[in-house]
Order: sequence, then C-alpha cells, then structure tokens
Amino acid sequence: MSTHNKSRRTFLIGSASGVGAAWLAANHAGIVAAQDHVQASTASGHTRGFAFFTAEQATEIEAMAAQIIPTDHTAGAREAHVIDFIDRVLVTFDSERQSDYTEGMKELAAQTARRFPGTDKFSALNDAQQIQLLTAIEDTPFFGLVRTHTITGFFANPLHGGNYDKVGWELVGYDDSQDHAPPFGYYDALPESRR
Amino acid sequence: MRTYTPDTEVDFIVIGSGAAGGIMAKQLAVAGFSVVVLEQGGWGKYGHEQDYTKDELLNRNPSPEDRLMSDRTRQRNTFRRTTNDETRPGTHGYGCVVGGGTVTYGGSSWRHLPWEFNEASTEGTIAGTGVADWPITYDELEPYYTQAEWEMGIAGQRVDTPYLAPMSKDYPVPPVPEKASGALFKIAAKKLGLTVVPGPLALISRGYMGRSACVNCGMCSGYGCHVSARSSSAVTMLPIAVATNNCEIRANSYVREITVDGRGRVNGAVYFDKQKREVTQKAKAVVLSANASESARLLLLSKSARFPDGLANSSGVVGRYLMLGNGAGASGLLEHPLNDYKGVVSGTGIVDYVPSDPARGFYGGGRMTSRGYDTPISYGLRGLMPGAPSWGAGYKQALRDEARHKMTISCYVTQLPLESNRVDLDPDVKDDWGLPAMRITSKSHPNDMKAIEFFTQKSVEVLEAAGAKNISARPVRDSTGGSHNRGTCRMGNDPNASVVNKFHRAHDVPNLFVVDGSNFVTGGRNHPTMTIQALAFRAADHLVRAAKSGDLTSGG
Repeated sequence: MSTHNKSRRTFLIGSASGVGAAWLAANHAGIVAAQDHVQASTASGHTRGFAFFTAEQATEIEAMAAQIIPTDHTAGAREAHVIDFIDRVLVTFDSERQSDYTEGMKELAAQTARRFPGTDKFSALNDAQQIQLLTAIEDTPFFGLVRTHTITGFFANPLHGGNYDKVGWELVGYDDSQDHAPPFGYYDALPESRR
Repeated sequence: MRTYTPDTEVDFIVIGSGAAGGIMAKQLAVAGFSVVVLEQGGWGKYGHEQDYTKDELLNRNPSPEDRLMSDRTRQRNTFRRTTNDETRPGTHGYGCVVGGGTVTYGGSSWRHLPWEFNEASTEGTIAGTGVADWPITYDELEPYYTQAEWEMGIAGQRVDTPYLAPMSKDYPVPPVPEKASGALFKIAAKKLGLTVVPGPLALISRGYMGRSACVNCGMCSGYGCHVSARSSSAVTMLPIAVATNNCEIRANSYVREITVDGRGRVNGAVYFDKQKREVTQKAKAVVLSANASESARLLLLSKSARFPDGLANSSGVVGRYLMLGNGAGASGLLEHPLNDYKGVVSGTGIVDYVPSDPARGFYGGGRMTSRGYDTPISYGLRGLMPGAPSWGAGYKQALRDEARHKMTISCYVTQLPLESNRVDLDPDVKDDWGLPAMRITSKSHPNDMKAIEFFTQKSVEVLEAAGAKNISARPVRDSTGGSHNRGTCRMGNDPNASVVNKFHRAHDVPNLFVVDGSNFVTGGRNHPTMTIQALAFRAADHLVRAAKSGDLTSGG
C-alpha cells in the first residue's frame, strides 16, 4: 500500500499524530479507554468491556440498534458491533451526549414497563413488541440520536469500533480501496456510441 | 520559511490564503516584495498533504487542529431574510485553513462567458436590482484565465460552443474520467438535443508540475486531497510564495481591524493569534482576500474617525449586493449500478441553459452538472430517496437497493445583485473573539426563484430522459449561506456606487486592495472560483506594476 494509507493508519490506531494538544487533553482519558477497548475487541473478536455503558445498558441499546438495522440474511447492527462504536463515541466525539443516553435509557425502561407490564427491559420484548415500541417513540430526540449513532457506526471506518469486518460497507457494495479506475459503473462502461 | 517581526513594516499584508489570497501572495513575493499572509484558519496538512484523512467520521468530527472549514460555534453568524425578520443563528460557512476554500472545494472551474461581464448592456437592467456592467471586459481578463488554468492546473477540454467562453489555449491536462452519471447525461442529451461537456476541474487528471494524478478516491469535496491532485492554493501558489524567501504565512491569525494612519492610508492589521493575543503587523499596503462575506465584515469592523462607517465605505456599498449562490436539482434511481461515489464530486455539465432567454420568463441561466456522491455514513443517514423507511427491515432493504443506483443532478443558477442583500455587523451577537458577528440579510429576487424552479424541472426532464425512475426533485429553496458568496465589495468606475476600481484598489484608500469574490458585479452562473483566480492574477499584475513605480507610496 502507498505511504498515505500507512500514515492514516498510524494516525488512527497509533499515537496522536496530527491531533491538537488541547483537544487531546480534553479527551485523553476517553480516547485511551476507547482505544484500549477497541484493541481488546479486535484481539478477541468481540468483548464486553465498555467505557461508558454498563453491560445491562449496552444490552438495551444494542437491542434498539438491532431493530434500526436488523439482521436478516446479512449482518445487521448487532454483527457490526455498533454498540462498541456508540460506547466509544460517548467518551470521545459525542461525550456531551452522555446524559441524553442516561435519560433516554430511563425513559425507554419506563415506556417498556408502561406498555408491557411485567418487564422494564426493552431487550426482553419480542421483535413485534420492540418494533411497536420504537414506532411509538420514533419521533423523539432519543430515538433520533440512537438512530444516528447506529447508522454512523454501521458505516464508519471499522477502526472506530463498528462496521465490524466491513459488514456495513458490504451491504451497500462500497469498495473502500479509495483508489478507483474507470469504468466505475455500468453506464460509463457502455461503448461511446451508446452513451 | 522567512519570518518577519510584527513591527517590521512589510510591503504587503495579504489577508486570506485561498483562491485569491494564495495567488496574490505568490505573485507579490515572486516580484520581490515582502509579504505576510494572515490566515484565519489553521495549517491543515500544509506540506504533508498525504496525512489528510479519508476517514468519514474523523472528517465530520475534526479536532480544532484538523478543521478545514469555519466553525459556526466560534465564527458565529446570524441570518434573516429581510430587515423585518428576526435574526436566527446562521448556517453560513467558508473554507478556513491555509489554502482557504480551495483545500476542500469540488473544484469546478468554469469561466464566465464574455457577455457575463456586461449583462446590463446586453440583457438590460432590471428595475429594483443592482445589475450593472463590470468595469472590465472578458477580453481584458482572458489572458489571466489562461494563466490561472495553467498555473493552478485545471483539467478540462476546450469545446467550441456558444455556451462556453472562448479560450485562447486549451487546458493543461485532459478531463477527469467520465463517470456513469456523465455517460447518462450523454444518453439524455442525445434524446433532448442538449450539449454535454466535461466540466473543467481544479484537479489534475495526470501528473502535472510535480503533483500526482487524482486516484478517484471518492472522498472529494469537503476533504483535503491526500495525493495533492486538487489544485488548491496550498499546493500550487503558497509553496512558491514561501520558496521566494519573501513570504511568511501566519496561520491562526484572526484579523480584527485594518488600521489607518492620519492621512487615511492603511498601515497595518491587528489580529488575534492562536492564543488570542493581539498582534499588530505593520505594512505599506494591504490586500484583502478573505472571501466576500469576511472581507466585507472586516472593512465594516475597521472603523476609525476618518472612516466612521467602515474602511473604504464612503459609498455605503460595502457588504451590499451579496449573492450567496442559488441551486436546484433532482435525484433518481437507475436500473444498473453507477457507483457514483467513485471519482470526483462534480463531473459532466449540460450547458445549453447558461445564456439568458426571455422566453423562459426570467433573467439569467445556469449550468446543470452531474454532481453528487454518497459517502457511506451520509448515504445511510440521509441518502435514501424520499419515502424510504428510516429504520427497520424496509430501511435496510432500501439501503441495499438504492446504493450505487442513484444519480444526482445539481444546477448552479443566477442570483441577481440586490442592494438589500448584504453582510453587516450583528448589533447583539459576538463571535468567539468578542467581535460583532457577521449578520447576513438575503432574500432572492422573484426572478431568481423562477430560475430555481426552471432548473428543478429541467433536472427532472434530464433524469427521465436518462431512464431514471423514482425521481425526486430537490425542494425549491432560497439560499441562506454558502461558500460561493460574491458581490459585497463590487468593482466599478463610480466611487459612489462601488468599493474598488477596475484594478481592485479601494476608491477611498490608495494602498488598500480588495481581491476576491466580493468584487463581482453580477454573479455569473454561480461557479465563482475560476473568475476569482483570473481576477487575482490580473490584479496582481497591475499591483506589482503600481508598487514598482512607487504608486503606493506617493500619497495617493
């Protein structure tokens, strides 16, 4: 690979090359925790050590994510390890959204208990019940936030914790080589006389 | 890099290092003048461009050091449609890094056509608008277009058509590869009898002047170019300026005032450095190239006893006739994959509607370009066609079905210069440096809304002719901000009706020059950069001559 790819990788995994000192200072603890976590995840395939969530909270958010991008014959948010991504952004890029999650998870539990007496765990509901509940709250800021994070994690570079094994990119046929030669698609491969 | 102390009186301060500022700095430094460039933004990856990230998440969430665009939470701005409306937080932004907007722009490099410099004469004025002829002609500017294309490195192809400007010389490098959307433009154009041309781009399609060719990475507009194929000021002009040993670039320098002496001549600039300490740089002359919105704001901020309404503003025209930039477009789905995410953001153009035609019911015209790409995150968040589910099994299926099959048309459309559309200083809101925030007041003329509707309809027609299904038009919307802003320090021969003369010299101040999109008298078809660059080369030519003859120090 060319040098620029190597340099990018160094930036992402390795040291803080290129990152400003102030930004780094403000986020340092979170970045270290998140990087440790990602490295652990990478080594084992998938672990359950979270920087922000408790294991119980992660189960609830992962259940939401898995309804936003469900698993069918191809991988969904769960297989993409989107929960690892969300956990990581909540201690780095989006650390100011932590309280939105804390409040949102309380509300999710309350909604679950209100609609389905007997449990306050969204993750314990069956698929139809989960979809019913999420449909009821799909216009709330919390749902919007989890949706944004789920989709972002599904399609972000796997180095950020989600899009595990590039399953998100695979779903949409995205070639991540970032070095392409024509023809790019069907129509520009047609002979000039047919364009 | 050569450095100067602030109390050294340098020949020129150049404020801004983008499309115009980079050229001004380079031309002045090469001519032997001492130059300090004050750039509001950071260094970016200047000199180590290979480190520009292609990581979509990092690009969307840059650390302060890695920012390439202005930050609305710091460079605050406010917006209102008219003076009767409440202001609200603005969305205006601009390139803010060494190299300015040219570091991240799509690179469209269309020339203005000859008649776009005298539309008042050829098309007639419109009551209530500021449509006027430019004080210069296309023929005067043509050699500088050529110079800009060859010195920057523009990919393109000279095509003989009345819809493009005549060129004395072809482009230095051939067009970038045609994308699938470009091929579909041709298929549609054949049915509709339209003219398709490769879009001229500031992006080299093969090695040129020591830089390597575009690799079609697909992370283009909004990203720094990691192979330096984009012909930004940062990889073309500024390194040459620095290599003369006459030019110092100072990044993270946020200018708050251009200062004047007792005779009303400028003598320096006061700026905040990275730590927000005030520094005063002395200079014999100042070149202001901060983009149409920021140049006007800085002149208005530079109040003095001599210039109580802002520097160079005896006419009251500074900030007025702002043209933010209007657009239109549509998207549709094709049967076969396009993979339009590969390659440059902006490709082929349909140019038949560039000239004005009274039969359309509005004045002006525009260009249609096959433009649009979806990087994975933005595609997932908002790339699906309207009506698709936003989550769940249906959403996932739509992601699968639509990816790679989408084609988007973006049109760039005339906007009339109106005296009431302007940049001024917000009386209430301050920026992060404690200065009055930029306030934008802008409402397009009804004519312009008709133009947007026309191009929306044309986009749909072209997509239909290309065989697209599920076509969705972009809503017809007036602009609220944007990096194509023009017109706030218009050039002209009448000091009561313009800010600078035909050589970019402020009518009121003999050693102040404003060189950027602010000088536009009319807006063309909303692709400003190539004309900004040609103006800069021309301005620099005259400025070097004037300075060498002592014209800047003779007292005005």
